[in-house]
Amino acid sequence: MAEEQRIVLRNYGKIDPLKIDDYIAQNGYKSLEKARAMDPKAVIDEVKKSNLRGRGGAGFNCGQKWSFAYQAQADEKYVVCNADEGEPGTYKDRLIMENDPHTLFEGMAICAHAIGAKKGYIYCRGEYPYIVEILKTAISQAKEKGVLGDFDIEVRSGAGAYVCGEETALIESLEGKRGEPRFKPPYPPSEGLWGKPTIVNNVETFANIPVIMDKGAEWFAAIGVPSYPGTKVVTLTGDVNNRTFFEVPTHTTIREVIYKLGGGTPGGKKFKAVQIGGTSGAFIPESQLDTPIAFDNMSAIGATLGSGAVFVLDETREIVDTVTRITGFFEHESCGKCAPCREGTARCAELMEKINAGLGSQKDLNLLEKLGRVMTYSCLCGLGQAAPTPALSTIKHFRADYEAKFI
Amino acid sequence: MINLTIDGIQVSVPKGSTILQAAAQAGIRIPTLCWHPDQAVKANCRICVCEVEGNRLLQAACSTPVTDGMVVKTKTPKVIEARTMILELILANHPQDCLNCIRNQNCELQDLAAEYFIRDNPFENKTRGYELDRSTPSIVRDQNKCVLCRRCIDACSVTQSVYALGLENRGVSSMVVPTLGEPLIESPCVMCGQCIHACPVGAIYENEQIDELLAAIADPDKVVVTQIAPAVRVALGEEIGMKTGDLPMEVLVNGLRQVGFDYVLHTNFTADLTIIEEGNELLKRLKEGGTLPMFTSCSPGWINFCETFYPDLIDNLSTCKSPQQMFGALVKTYWAEKMNIDPGNIYSVSIMPCTAKKYEASRPEMCDSGYRDVDLVLTTREIGRLFRMSGIDFSKLAPSQFDPWMGQYTGAAVIFGATGGVMEAALRTVYEIVTEQELQDVNFRMVRGMEGIKEAEVDLNGTVVKVAVAHGLSNARKVMDQVRAGQCDYHFIEIMACPGGCIGGGGQPITKANAKRAERIDAIYIEDEGLPIRKSHNNPEVKMIYNELLHEPLGYKSHELLHTHYQFKNKKYL
Repeated sequence: MAEEQRIVLRNYGKIDPLKIDDYIAQNGYKSLEKARAMDPKAVIDEVKKSNLRGRGGAGFNCGQKWSFAYQAQADEKYVVCNADEGEPGTYKDRLIMENDPHTLFEGMAICAHAIGAKKGYIYCRGEYPYIVEILKTAISQAKEKGVLGDFDIEVRSGAGAYVCGEETALIESLEGKRGEPRFKPPYPPSEGLWGKPTIVNNVETFANIPVIMDKGAEWFAAIGVPSYPGTKVVTLTGDVNNRTFFEVPTHTTIREVIYKLGGGTPGGKKFKAVQIGGTSGAFIPESQLDTPIAFDNMSAIGATLGSGAVFVLDETREIVDTVTRITGFFEHESCGKCAPCREGTARCAELMEKINAGLGSQKDLNLLEKLGRVMTYSCLCGLGQAAPTPALSTIKHFRADYEAKFI
Repeated sequence: MINLTIDGIQVSVPKGSTILQAAAQAGIRIPTLCWHPDQAVKANCRICVCEVEGNRLLQAACSTPVTDGMVVKTKTPKVIEARTMILELILANHPQDCLNCIRNQNCELQDLAAEYFIRDNPFENKTRGYELDRSTPSIVRDQNKCVLCRRCIDACSVTQSVYALGLENRGVSSMVVPTLGEPLIESPCVMCGQCIHACPVGAIYENEQIDELLAAIADPDKVVVTQIAPAVRVALGEEIGMKTGDLPMEVLVNGLRQVGFDYVLHTNFTADLTIIEEGNELLKRLKEGGTLPMFTSCSPGWINFCETFYPDLIDNLSTCKSPQQMFGALVKTYWAEKMNIDPGNIYSVSIMPCTAKKYEASRPEMCDSGYRDVDLVLTTREIGRLFRMSGIDFSKLAPSQFDPWMGQYTGAAVIFGATGGVMEAALRTVYEIVTEQELQDVNFRMVRGMEGIKEAEVDLNGTVVKVAVAHGLSNARKVMDQVRAGQCDYHFIEIMACPGGCIGGGGQPITKANAKRAERIDAIYIEDEGLPIRKSHNNPEVKMIYNELLHEPLGYKSHELLHTHYQFKNKKYL
C-alpha cells in the first residue's frame, strides 16, 4: 500500500519558514548540536551506515563522498548545496527551501563539521529569486541565534543555465566563470571550488542529514529499498489527476505513484508512458510500472531515478513530438564545451525534427540511435551522456510510433 | 611508478601520467585535437576517448590519470565508432573547402579525417555563415572553420596574458570571439599571432598578401627590394621539406632572386645598427639619469602590449625603431641614393617571422623616408608558399650573395632571432664601448634558452649592469608588474612577445610545440658561431653608414630616420 512518509518534508506546513524559533521548536538544530559533540569521523560513519545516496540524480553514497573530502588535506574546504533545480517538472528542492530552509542549513552545517569546512554556498536556481530572499532571511536569523557557530553560508544565484546543475559546472559558475563542466577526475571532494576539497550535495540530500543524525543510521537504512534507503520526493506533472508532490519510501513503485497517489490518468484516457527523473530521463512503458522508485531498480530497466520528476503521458500524446521538443531543449542547453554534445545535441534535434515532420526514414532512425549511443559514452558530462535517453528509450519502447511517421 | 596495460602492452609510467602519455610510451599514438603539448588539458574534443576496463563510459586519454592495474584499450569497435562519429559531427559543421584552405595539408582535422577514412558523412553539411574578421592588418579569423578546441584562447590568455579571445553563446552556437564579440581590432589583441600556431585548423591565419608581391614583381616600373629577418632562415626550410636550420643563407638569397626580387638585402644589417643606437641610448640613459630600466623595442607585438597594458611605462621603451622599420627608412633614402634609384620606384618588402610586423609597417608614423617605409610584410609561411610554387629544388640551387650597402651582418644580428639575443648582442657592443677593451668571450650564455625570465649582471669596468630577458607576454607581464611596482633594479630589459623570441613568431611555420622553438634557437646560435664577425660595431657596412650618413649614434640623422615614439592604445574594454 502506497503511503507518504515525510522525512525531508517533515516540517512542511507545520512551521513558518521565516521564524527560526518554529524550526527550533521542532527540535531544530539539535542534530547539529549532537553532531558537533561527535568526532567528525563518527559523523561520517553514521552517514555511511545510513546508506544515504545522493538525491540529485547520480546516487553516490553520501557518507563515502564526505569521507573523501574529510581525508583530503587542505587549508580550506567547502560545502556547496546544489539548489540549481533546473530539471523541468522538478520542484522538490524548492519545496524544502521555501518551507523549511533551516533543515538545509543544518544538514550543510553537519557536513561542514564532518569534513572540516567553515564556508558553505547555496547555489540557487536563477529562476527562484524569491527563494533567495527566503534563504537570506533565514540565514541572517540563524546567524543572529548563533546556531551555525563559525560556519558561514552564502547564497549565490545561477543565471538560468541548465548545465549548472552539473556539480563541476556549478563550481565554475560559483567561481564567476562560464558555467561549464570540468573533466573528472579530479572530483570535487579532492579538488572542487577554487581547487579546494568540496562537497556538493543536493538540497534533498542535505535535508535528510538532520533526521539521520537524530534517529540514527539504522532507522534510516530500514526505510524503503535497502540499496537506496529512505524516501524520495516525487513531483507529478502531465496527464495525471493529482498534479502535486509526494514524499514516498523508495520501495514505492511507479504504478503506485501514478495510480494510488496520483489518482491515475484523467478523463478515462489510457496511460501511454511516463518519463521519470526529469527531461533527460527515460520514457517508461506500462509493462515496467512495477519498478520501485529507487536508484538501482530504475537502472535495471535502463532508466534513471534522476530528480524524481514524474511526467505522465496519456494515449492522446504523440511520443515522437514530445521527444522532438526535448531534443530541442538539449540543443539549447548544451554548454558547447565538448564536441559530441555540442554537435550531437543539435544533430539529434535535427533528426527528430525531420522524423517528426514526416520526412524521416529508417536510415535516419538508425543514425539517431547510433549518435545517441556514442553520446551516451563519450560526452564530457552527464548532460550530454543523458541527452539522448528520451530518444533512445522511446525508440526502444515505442518504435512503432516512429515508424508511423516515416515517409 | 604505475603499471598498466594498454592494448595488451605492459607499461610502467610515473604517477600522475595520463593515458595519452602512457600510450605514447607504449608506442601507441592516440589521436587528439584539442590537446596541445604546452597547454593545460582541455578534454573537450573527445577524439582521444579509450575504453578502460570497469568503466561503462569511454575515458578521454588526455585527461584520465593512469592507475595501477588499469587495462586500457585504444582501438576497440566501440572506440572507433565513437571517434569516427565525433569526427563526422565536427566535419559536418565545417566548410568542405580543404582545397582552398590556407591550412590545406597542414591541418590536424584533415589528418584525422584521413586517418579515420571519413568518406560519406551521414550528417548533412552545414556552414555557419559567419563573416571573416579582417579588421586587423595582421590576422584573419574565420569562425566557420573553428572547431572550438579553445587552444587559441589558451595561447592568448595563458601564454600571452592578453585575453583578447573568449567564448560567446553556448551549445552549437558557441563561438570564440574577441572581447565582447567585436572585431579583433577593437580588442586588446597585440597581433602576435600565437593563436595561429595554436589553431589546429584554418580558423585563424595571417593576412596573406602574396598576390600584392606578385603584382609588384610584375610591374616593370617597380624595383622590388627585400629584407629578411634573422629568424626566417632557420625555420623557412621547414616549409620546403628541409630540417630546421638546414637551408643555407646564400641559397635562400638565390631563391628570393629566382622568385623575382630585384635586390636582396638583410634586416640583420639594421639589427646591427639597432645595437649601435640602442646600446648608446642605454649608455646615455645610464650616464644622464634617463628613464630606467630601458626596454628593447624590436618586437612589435611587445610594443602593442606595452602601449595597451603599460602606457605608464612607455618612456622606458627604447626610442629605436625595430630593425624592420630602420631598414625601411634607410632603403628609400641612403640605399636609394647609393644605388641611384628613384625611391618612389622602390617597393620595399620585408620577410618576417611575425604577424605584428604587418601592423607595424602600417603605422601612420612609419614614413620617415618620405614614402611608406615598408610597403609589404610577408611572413615566413607566405615565402614558403611562394618557394613551393616556384618549383625550385633548393638542394640543387647555387648560392648567391646579398646585394651591397645593406646586406652585411654579424653574428650579433643573427641572434636577434632568439630570446636573449638582442640583450647578448647589446652586451657584446656595450662592453667594448665602456671598457674600451676587446671582449674575449662573446657568449653570454646566461641570457640564452627557453626559461621564461632570465636575469644577469655584467661588470663593465666596475659598473654593474643588471639585465633581464623575458619572452612570451605572460612573462613580460610579470616583469612589467615588478617594474611598475618599483620592485626591481634592472637597467635593461629585453622583451620578445613570442615564446622563444622571433623564431617562435606568429608568422613562422606552424609550431605546435615549444620543443620546435628550442630547435630553431639551436640553429640560430650555430649560425652565430660560424660567422667571422660577431659584434655589431664591427660590421663594415654599419661603420660606413655612420661615416657617410649618420655620423654618430643618436645624432640628428638617426633621430630623423631610426627613432620613433609610442602612444597609449586606449582600448575601450580595459
